This record gives sequence, C-alpha cells and structure tokens, in this order.
Amino acid sequence: MKDSRIRGAEIVIKSLVAENSEYIFGYPGGAIMPVYDALYDYADQIKHVLTRHEQGAIHAAQGYARVSGKVGVCMATSGPGATNLITGIADAMIDSTPLVCITGQVASPLLGTDAFQETDVVGFSMPGTKWNIQVRRVEDIAPAIAKGFHIARSGRPGPVLIDITKDAQNALGEFNYVPCLGIRSYRPYPKVNENSVAKAAEIINQAKKPYVLYGQGVVIGKAEEELKAFLDKSGIPAACTLLGSGALDEDHPQYVGKLGMHGNYAPNMLTNQCDVLIAIGMRFDDRVTGDLKRYAKQAKVIHLELDNAEINKNVKCEVSILGNCKESLPLLTEKLKENSHQDWLSEFRKLEEKEKSAVVSLDLLPTKTGLTMGEVIRYVNDFKKDDAILVTDVGQHQMIAWRYFKYKTTRTQVTSGGLGTMGFSLPAALGAQLADLNRQVICVVGDGGIQMTIQEFGTIMQTQSPVKIVLLNNNFLGMVRQWQQLFFDKRYSFTELDNPDFIKIAEAYNMKASKVTERDNLRDTVAEMMVHDGPYFLEVVVEKEDNVFPMIPTGCSVEEVRLS
Amino acid sequence: MNRYTISLFTENFIGILNRVTLIFTRRGVNIDALTASESKEDGVHRITIEVTTTEEQVIQIVKQTEKIIDVIKSFYYKDDEVVYQEIALYKIPISSLDPGLEKVIRQYNARIISAEKEFVVIEMTGHKEDTKALLEILKDFSILEFARSGRVAVAKPMGTIEQYLNN
Repeated sequence: MKDSRIRGAEIVIKSLVAENSEYIFGYPGGAIMPVYDALYDYADQIKHVLTRHEQGAIHAAQGYARVSGKVGVCMATSGPGATNLITGIADAMIDSTPLVCITGQVASPLLGTDAFQETDVVGFSMPGTKWNIQVRRVEDIAPAIAKGFHIARSGRPGPVLIDITKDAQNALGEFNYVPCLGIRSYRPYPKVNENSVAKAAEIINQAKKPYVLYGQGVVIGKAEEELKAFLDKSGIPAACTLLGSGALDEDHPQYVGKLGMHGNYAPNMLTNQCDVLIAIGMRFDDRVTGDLKRYAKQAKVIHLELDNAEINKNVKCEVSILGNCKESLPLLTEKLKENSHQDWLSEFRKLEEKEKSAVVSLDLLPTKTGLTMGEVIRYVNDFKKDDAILVTDVGQHQMIAWRYFKYKTTRTQVTSGGLGTMGFSLPAALGAQLADLNRQVICVVGDGGIQMTIQEFGTIMQTQSPVKIVLLNNNFLGMVRQWQQLFFDKRYSFTELDNPDFIKIAEAYNMKASKVTERDNLRDTVAEMMVHDGPYFLEVVVEKEDNVFPMIPTGCSVEEVRLS
Repeated sequence: MNRYTISLFTENFIGILNRVTLIFTRRGVNIDALTASESKEDGVHRITIEVTTTEEQVIQIVKQTEKIIDVIKSFYYKDDEVVYQEIALYKIPISSLDPGLEKVIRQYNARIISAEKEFVVIEMTGHKEDTKALLEILKDFSILEFARSGRVAVAKPMGTIEQYLNN
C-alpha cells in the first residue's frame, strides 16, 4: 500500500495553499531549507518573493496585507533570519496588521544547546506577537498554521509567529487540513451592547458641537459605508488619524482633516471645543492626543472600539461601545436624529483658511528658490489615479505626503504609524504593489529611510513591480533635524548625511531613474514617472532646512498647535 | 495603592505564565506573589497573582492579560472580595524545641509537620500578616529557614468560570 504521508515541509506549503495565500515573502537558509525544497514543487500554486533581507520580507508582507486585507505571509530561517523579522513583527503588532511569520528552527535535540543559528525566537517575539508557537512534531504543523491564520486575521488583527524545528519539517505525516474556526479562550468579536448604543445616541442627539474621530478600525472592520451613513445622517464633522486615512473620501462635505502632531490645524484646535467626541476605531495614541491632562476635558467621550483593552486606556469615556464598528455603527445611526451642524462645521472651515494662508500655500505654491516637499506631493496628486496607494517611510516626508496626498478610497494608506520604522516603505511598497497590480503604488521616502532597506531595489528589479519611488532628498535626517532646530538650539548632532549617487544605484538595479533639482523640471518629470510602464525612481533635491507645520510639540495640548 | 488579587483562567499552553508576567513587567508593576495550579475544569489552569498598585492600573492589567489568546478570563478582587490563604514553613533547630515554643505553636494554630534529627518544620496557613507575626516570634527561637507560598484564593462573588465558558 502506498504511503500517503508527506514531509512536514510539504505540509507547511500545502497549509499555506489551503489558506489561499498568494505570496510568501522570504529568504532561505539552513533551518528552513526543507520547506524551500517543498516550495519548489508548488510554484504554480503559491508565489515566492525573494527579498534581499528578512526585514524587507516582513515589511513587504505588511504592505501586501494592508492593501489586500488578507494575511501577509513571510518566511525566514532560524537565528539571524528569525531575529531580522522582529522589527516588522513589532510594527505589525502596533499597526494591527495580519501576518503569519514562519521560521525554521534547529532540530529538536539541539534546542537549548546554543547550536549554530539557534535563537529562542519564540521568547524573543513573545511580547510583540498576537500569538506564537514552536512546533516540534510533524502532526502539529497544520493545526498550528490553521490556528495562526485564524488569530492573525480575526478580531483586532496582528502578527503570529510559527517556529518549526527542522526535524518536524523532515518527518513524515498525514496532511489533513482543518481550518480553525474558533478557539475556546479567544473571543475576537465582542457582542455589541444595545444599551450602550442607546445611551450614546441620546448623548449625540443632544449635542451642539459633536465631533467624530475615525481610525484604522473602520478599515479593518470594513465599515467605510457604515461610517459614511452615520456622518450623512448626523451631519457631524469628522477627522481622521494617520492610519484612518482613506476610510472616508476626503471630498466628503463633513471631512475636516487629519489629527495629530503634524495633522491639520482645525481638527486639533477644535478637539478642545467640542461637547461630544465620538471616537471610532482609534486608540487615542499620544501623537493624536498631545498632553492627555489637557485633552478634550470639556467633552463627553463615546468610544466605539473592538479591543476592550483600549477602552479607558488613555482617555476616559462616558460611554463605550465594544464591538466591530461595522455592527455597532448602523445600530447607532438608526437611533440618531437627522441633523446638520453647519455653524459648528464653519468653525472648522475658518481655521482651515488660517492654515491655508499660514502653511499650505507656502508648502504647495512656494515662492522661495528651494523646492519644497509639499510641491512634489502636489504634482503627485495631480497625476495620480483616484485609487492610488501612498506608501511612506518615516519622518518629515511622511507627514508632508500624508498631509497633501488626497485620499479618495479605502486601503490607500500604507505607513508605519505606531512604531515609526525607518526603512519600512521600500519593501512595503513592493508588497502593496503585488497585492494589486492594477493600482498605482507611490512610495515616498526620505534619504535616511531609503538607505536602511535600499537593497530591496534588487527585489523590485527581480519582480519588475511597477512602483513609483519618490525620494525627497534634503541630505538630512529631517525630522530629527527639525526637532534639533526647535528644541535643541540648532545643535544638529549627527543628522546631516553625505549621500551616495542614488541615481547610479537605481540605474545599477536597471531602474528608470531621474533627478530633479530645479522647479522648472518637476511637473513634467513627475508626469513622466506616473505614466511609466514599470518601476521608476525619482529623486527630488528639496530644501535642506524645511520644516513640517502645523506641529504640536511633545507635552503640549492639542490647542497649542503651532503654525510656524 | 491597594492590594489586589488577580485570578486568571487559562488554557494549559506552553509559555502562558511568561506571557502573563510580561504584561506586569512592561507596566513596571511588581508581582508580590504568584501561584499557578489546575482548576476544577479539565484543561483550565488558574493563576493567582497578588499585586500592590492602583485600581486603574489593575484594571488595565486585567484587560491586557485577557488579550492573551490562551487566557480564558481574568478577574481582579480587593482583599475583602476573596477568601485566601498562604502557607508558611519555618525550620527551627531541635535545640529550640521547648515548652515556650510549643505554646507559641498552639497559640498560632500552627503544627509541626516534620521532626528531623537536627530540626523541626512548623507549618502555618493564614494571611500574610499572621504568618509574618509568627516569623517575628520564631526569630527568638533561632529560626533557620522560612518560606511562604503565594496566595491561593477563591472569589466571594458567585460567578464561575464555567458560566463564562458556556456563554
């Protein structure tokens, strides 16, 4: 009788196929070689993207997950391969990105002996993963992967790590994949309490100056339509967090801008004037609230949130509505009176005008000689498609691009929000592009961040992913320099960079590349990039000492937002 | 700052204790005592943790521990909401065993659980304050060793873990 058993390594691949995984972003090595060997036979069912560093693999998986809404998969070997995933794991955890990371591990008898390339990656990653496990027996591989996918994608999504010993990969076992549908101890979707909904509706119906803050929870909960219906009926002004961008079309008449340290003037200022603050799928990050002691103290706070641990964590609320906002928002909308808050909305518009004259026009239509980051983004906006995806790195360019990029549709925002990981954008843009080859992906990066993962040019070359990379080069670690200027008496301690010839590097990777140093060439070069068929690298040399305003300095209240 | 008892019901999963204690480490809250055991439900373990902190902090800790995938449910109680005991063992040289010591043992409802050639071991169960009081007295009897367990506790509220599991 033919032996129906297969190797554990093949079970790994068949399990990923059973979960409809499209891509594995990874890097081979000794302890994961059996899985790579098995993968060789499944190239028609699952594609592998060979990044140039494991950190690139996990950021690419993050970009893929954020755009597709599916679970991103990455794979690495033991030891350094596994530890190189740690930054991405921490990033995915804080930004609620669903990931399954598979790492090879030394054979079971060698565990704990400090064997070659052995690290306790389960221990390393324990605080940063939603769940992790070490698998030492072949029969446990498929159940662990099934459980991992269920945990990664359900409730508040997050990263999962599955560490598989080499002997388990090599052992023979039966393949019988049973998707995980539930875990006794894990309740990802709390039931919405209708009493809380009724209480919240009563408060909102009596409010004179209600104000909505929405975050990524709307995108994760696929509640974009429900948010729009809520706003249309209630007439309440709405502002978004960094990761909430795109959940609502910015042309919506009640959209009033972006929150936070470098967000818009009006939404920050007026947080301390509303009488009811309705937070939907956002977690009151310190970059949004500024000084908590002086944050929205006059307002009754209503918090719609999936994660119970976020309720009353930073901001005490009058009413909490625990559950998926896709479920809770319609229940709340149903109980609301039709309303319009035009007078209150016009207060936002007045402050918006103030920001336009003090900051926006200087950024977008500069009169000074040097190029501004804002005018580059203005042209990107002019030539982008409506559903274009903006992937940004971390720093000044990130905030400028976020401020001036116009988000029209959901899942168009990919950035490292919570962790602020430099080097994120280049691989994340690659993953974002592979998630949807029909959408335009624009990667905006600074000269500091690009050099942290610049080797991923190689992956873009190999995959020929048509990402448009816009490097805003000011020869500085710009955001740190800005803080040094404002708060450290202009002591620019180790923030100025002697940079390489980026164009030569891009061309060495067979990428079409252009460099713009003069305003006269900017518009046409951006236009050329946006229609180019294939990857394109555009370096724009921008003013060295440009700052990002508005700004709420650390420790200040939201109403102390500075325009200069 | 008050003393609280946190009761966690968990799956019997490798590393669960590590995951739970990481929550305390990250928030800088010291664990005064910790015990782990089986519960009456098959496969469900209970971890009892005693902490001294603010109620606000303990609420956050309970919510964070409940986020751990293999934690079924987490509760916190003030001292008057739990029935709890600790066990203390005192090792006394045999030469100290005299009528005075026997009187102390009776007074404190303690008992000798082992008598060896050179020492005796006295056991006492009770609250920390009681076992500590006995320790202070036994110092006059040349005590050689002292060990106290973490708190074992059951809640006074009548809710049970199976009600949660069956919901």
